Amino acid sequence: MSATVTDLQQTTAIPEPTTPWARTRGEKLGTVVTFLISAIAAACIVLVTGLAGVDGFGLTLFVIFVVITFVRTIRLNAKVRKDEFVKIAIFAAAVLAFSPWMSIFASVIIKGAKGFRPNFFVETMQTTTPDDELNLGGAGHAIIGSMLMVIIATFITLPLGILSGVYLTEVRGRLTFWVRFVVQSMSGVPSIVAGLFIYTTFIDLTNSFSGMAGSLALAVLMLPTVARTAEEVLKLVPDDLRSASYALGARQWRTSLMVVLPTVRSGLTTAAILGVARVIGETAPLLLTSLSSNSYVFNPIGSPIGSLPTYVFGLLQIGTENASNRAWTGALVLMLIVFALFSIARFVGGKDRR
Amino acid sequence: MGDVANTENIPVPRELAVVYNRADRIFRRIVTSGALTSLILLGLIGMFLFVKSAQIFNDRGLSFITGSNWTAGSGDGVIPDDFSIGPMLTGTILVSLIALIIAVPLAIGGALYIEFYAQPKIRKVLSTLLDLAAAIPSLIFGLWGVVIFTSFGERWSALFNARFGWVPFIRVQNEIFGRSPFVAGCVLASLITPIITSVSREVFSRTPRDLVDTCYALGSSRWGAIRTVVLPFGKSGVIGGAMLGLGRALGETVAVYLLLNIVFRYNFRILESEGGNIASLIATKFGEATEYELKALIAAGFVLFMLTLVVNMLAATIVQKSTVRK
Amino acid sequence: MDTLKQGERNMEQDLENNVLAGNDAKDIKTTFRGLEAKNVHAWFGNHHALSNVSLRFPEQTVTGLIGPSGCGKSTFIRLLNRMHEFIPSAAMAGQVLQNGEDIYATDVDAAAVRLKIGMVFQKPNPFPAMNIRENVLSGIKLAHLKVADHDSIVENCLTRAGLWKEVKDRLNATGGSLSGGQQQRLCIARSLAVEPSVLLMDEPCSALDPGSTLRIEETIKELAQKIAVVIVTHNMQQAARVSDFCAFFLTDGGPGYLVEAAPTKILFTNPSDTRTADYVQGKFG
Repeated sequence: MSATVTDLQQTTAIPEPTTPWARTRGEKLGTVVTFLISAIAAACIVLVTGLAGVDGFGLTLFVIFVVITFVRTIRLNAKVRKDEFVKIAIFAAAVLAFSPWMSIFASVIIKGAKGFRPNFFVETMQTTTPDDELNLGGAGHAIIGSMLMVIIATFITLPLGILSGVYLTEVRGRLTFWVRFVVQSMSGVPSIVAGLFIYTTFIDLTNSFSGMAGSLALAVLMLPTVARTAEEVLKLVPDDLRSASYALGARQWRTSLMVVLPTVRSGLTTAAILGVARVIGETAPLLLTSLSSNSYVFNPIGSPIGSLPTYVFGLLQIGTENASNRAWTGALVLMLIVFALFSIARFVGGKDRR
Repeated sequence: MGDVANTENIPVPRELAVVYNRADRIFRRIVTSGALTSLILLGLIGMFLFVKSAQIFNDRGLSFITGSNWTAGSGDGVIPDDFSIGPMLTGTILVSLIALIIAVPLAIGGALYIEFYAQPKIRKVLSTLLDLAAAIPSLIFGLWGVVIFTSFGERWSALFNARFGWVPFIRVQNEIFGRSPFVAGCVLASLITPIITSVSREVFSRTPRDLVDTCYALGSSRWGAIRTVVLPFGKSGVIGGAMLGLGRALGETVAVYLLLNIVFRYNFRILESEGGNIASLIATKFGEATEYELKALIAAGFVLFMLTLVVNMLAATIVQKSTVRK
Repeated sequence: MDTLKQGERNMEQDLENNVLAGNDAKDIKTTFRGLEAKNVHAWFGNHHALSNVSLRFPEQTVTGLIGPSGCGKSTFIRLLNRMHEFIPSAAMAGQVLQNGEDIYATDVDAAAVRLKIGMVFQKPNPFPAMNIRENVLSGIKLAHLKVADHDSIVENCLTRAGLWKEVKDRLNATGGSLSGGQQQRLCIARSLAVEPSVLLMDEPCSALDPGSTLRIEETIKELAQKIAVVIVTHNMQQAARVSDFCAFFLTDGGPGYLVEAAPTKILFTNPSDTRTADYVQGKFG
C-alpha cells in the first residue's frame, strides 16, 4: 500500500511565494544607515585633518568601511571574512574605474553648457577671437568640416570595406589570407602614423593641406574597422541560408546580393556607424593633414579646413577662460554626436535580432 | 557478406571544376578588385613607411633607437642632423606600462563587480556607462586630464614624493609635479580601462554555469567561486584584453601630447615632469621638418607601428585562443 | 538488503502516522532523522513550477525521483540544498527540514547547509585548473575547513567513489584526462570530501555510457550504507535498480506535483495511482 497526495492537494490553498534568502528590510536599512554614518564620519575627518578634496573623502570612507567590516566579521569564520573584504575591494576597484568617466561626463556637460548656444552652431571664428564673449562666434565651420571629411571618408571606406568582407566570406579567393592579414594588422595603426603617411604622400603631391587629405587619413583608420566588422557580420549568416539558395539553382552573385547581404543589412549599417563614431573624434591625423580653419570651407580640396577636434585642440592651447569654455562646448558637442551615433548603431543593430 | 572493400579497385576521386558563368565572373571580379584595393592601399602604407625610413636606418643603424638627440642640422653640413628616438621610445613604453599597471586591476575589479556583484538593474546601467566610456574620444580625455585631473595628480605626486622618495624611480629633481609620466599614465589608464573591462567582462560571463554552481554546491562563498573557477577560466581573455589596452596606449597621441612635456632626456623618474612619446614627437616636429627630418619622423612612426603591431597580434592570438577553447 | 527492509519498516510506520501524506501528525514523539520537505512550492517569477511536495528522505536510503521531463524534479532537488535561490526570479514556500531544523530559517548560513547536503550534477565537471588530488580537496579548501590529513581524505573519498584503484598512481593528472564515467566518480569523491549527510544527484548518469552508469549505480548503493542519496533520473530501469524508495512526479501543464511515493518494489509492481502504473509500464513519458 502506498499513499498518494493528490486527494489532499485539492483541499490546500496555494501559499504566497517567498524569498527567505533575500536580505530583509531591516538588513537593507541597516546598510543604508551604516553608509550614511560612515559618510558623515568621513566628512568630519576630512574637514578636521585637512585631507583635501573628493579623493581624500573617498579614501577616508574606504578606510572606515574596512574598519567596520573587520569589526562586523570578527567572530565569523575565515571564509566569510575573506569574502566580505574581497567584496569591499572589488567595489572600491569598480568605483575607481568608473569615477574618471563620470567625472568626464559631468565636467563636459557642466562646463560645456556655458557656451552651448545657437550661435555656437551657426557662426564661425572668422571675425571673433577666442577670448571674446561666448555669445559671439561659434564652431559652425568646425562642425561642417568634420561632417564633410567624415562623409567623404565613409564614401571611400564603406564600399571597399563591404567588398572586402564579401570577398573574405563569399568569394574566398586565393588572396584571402593576405587580405585578412593586412586588414588585421592595419587596424592597429597609430592614428598619427596614418596622418604622417598622408602628409608625406598626398599632401606632397597636391602641395597643400586640405579636407581631402584629412578624409584620406580618416579613411585609412576607418577601413580596417569596417572591413573586419563586415566580415564578422557576414560570417554570422548561417550556411544553411546559402545552401538553400544554391539548392534553388541560384548563382553566386544572386545568392550574395539577394540572400546574404539583405540579411546583414542592419549589421553592415552598424559597422558603418561605428566606423564613423571612431574617426569623428580623431585629432592627431587631422593635425597633420587638414590643419584647421576659422571660417566656413565647403571645398575639400585646396585649403585647410576646420574640424571639431582641431577646434577644441587649438582653443585648449590658448588657456584663457573664454577660450577654455569654447573648447568645453566643442567637447560637449563632439560627445553628443558620438553618443548619438552609438545609440543609432544600437537601435539599428537590434533590428537584426530575431 | 561482410567483405572488406577490394583494395585493388578503389576509384580515384573525380576532379570537379567550378565554372562560373559570365554574371558570376563579373561579380567575383568586382568583389576581388574591391578587396585587392583594400589590400594594396593598406599594404602600401606599411611598405611606404618601411621604404622611406630605410635610409634613416641605413645611415644610423641601431643608434636611431638608442641615441638620445633630436637636432636638426643647419643644412650646410656645419651642424650635422642627429635624429634618434631613444627617450621617446622609452617614454612611450614607460607611460603605457604605468597606464597598464593601474588599469588592469581596476578593470578586473570592475568586470567582476558588474558580472557577479551588481544588482540586475545596476548591471544594465553600468554596462551602458562602460560602452559610453569606451566611445569617449581621446582628445576629451586629454582635455579633462589637463583641466581637472592635474590638480589631483599633483597632490598625490607630492604625497608619494614625500613618503616614498627613497625609491629611485619616485624621487624627483624638480618639485614641479603635474606634467609627469605618472599623471599622463593615470589619464591614459582611464582611457584604456573601458576596453579591458569590456573584454574581461565578456570572458567572465562565459564561465560555464555548472562549474560555478559546483562551487556553491560545495559550500563556497562568492569569492571562493570566483577565485577557483572564474579567474582561471578567464585568465587568457583578460590578458588579451590587457594587450589590446596596451596597444591603444602605445599609439595614443593627443592625450599624452597635452599632458607631458617633451624633453629629450631619458627619464625613468615617473613623478618628474618630463618625458614624451613617439606620437607626440611626430605631432610636434612635423611642421618645421626638413626633408631628412621628415624621413626620421617616418622612421619613428614605423618603429611605433611595429611596436603596436606586435602587441596587437599577440592580443589577437591570445583572445582567439581563449574563445576557441570553448 | 537490510537497509531496504529497515526503510520499508520506517515507511510503514510513517504511513500509519499518515505523515507521508503531508498532514502534520498530532504527536510526533521523535524528530525525523534525515531530510524532509514539507509542502514545498517553487516559482520562477510568476510561473508556478512546483506545487505542494512533501517527501521524506530517511538516512541510509536511496530515493529516486522519476517522472517525465518538465515536472519540476530538478527544481525540487535544488530546493533541497538551497541552490534554487541563485536564479534571479526564484521564490519558494514551505519548509525543508534537516533533522528537524528548517534550512530556510532566517539566520541559517546557506553555505553551511550545502556542506551537509551535497550535489552532483548531470554533466561531469571536475575543475579544469586542478589535478585529481586538488579536485578532491577543493571542497575543503573552498569551505576553509581545518583538516589534519589531506592524503587520507583523498584516498578515503576516492575509494568510496570507486575510483581509487584507477587513479592512485596518477593523482597529479588533470581531471580532463579521465573518461566521462571516471570524471563523474571524481565529482562524487569531491562532494564526499566535505562529509555531507545527504547527496543529491541530478541525472548523474545521463551523459555516460552504460558501463560507467552501472559502476556509478554500484557506488551509489555503497554510499547509501552511510548517507542518504536522492537521485533524479529519467531512466526507470535505473530507478528500479538503485533506489529503495521512489517518488513519481507529474505535470498537467501547470506546476509539477508529486503523484505517489512508495518503496520501489511496490511502486513498480502495485502502484496506487493509475497514472503511476501507466508511466512505469512505459505508456507515456
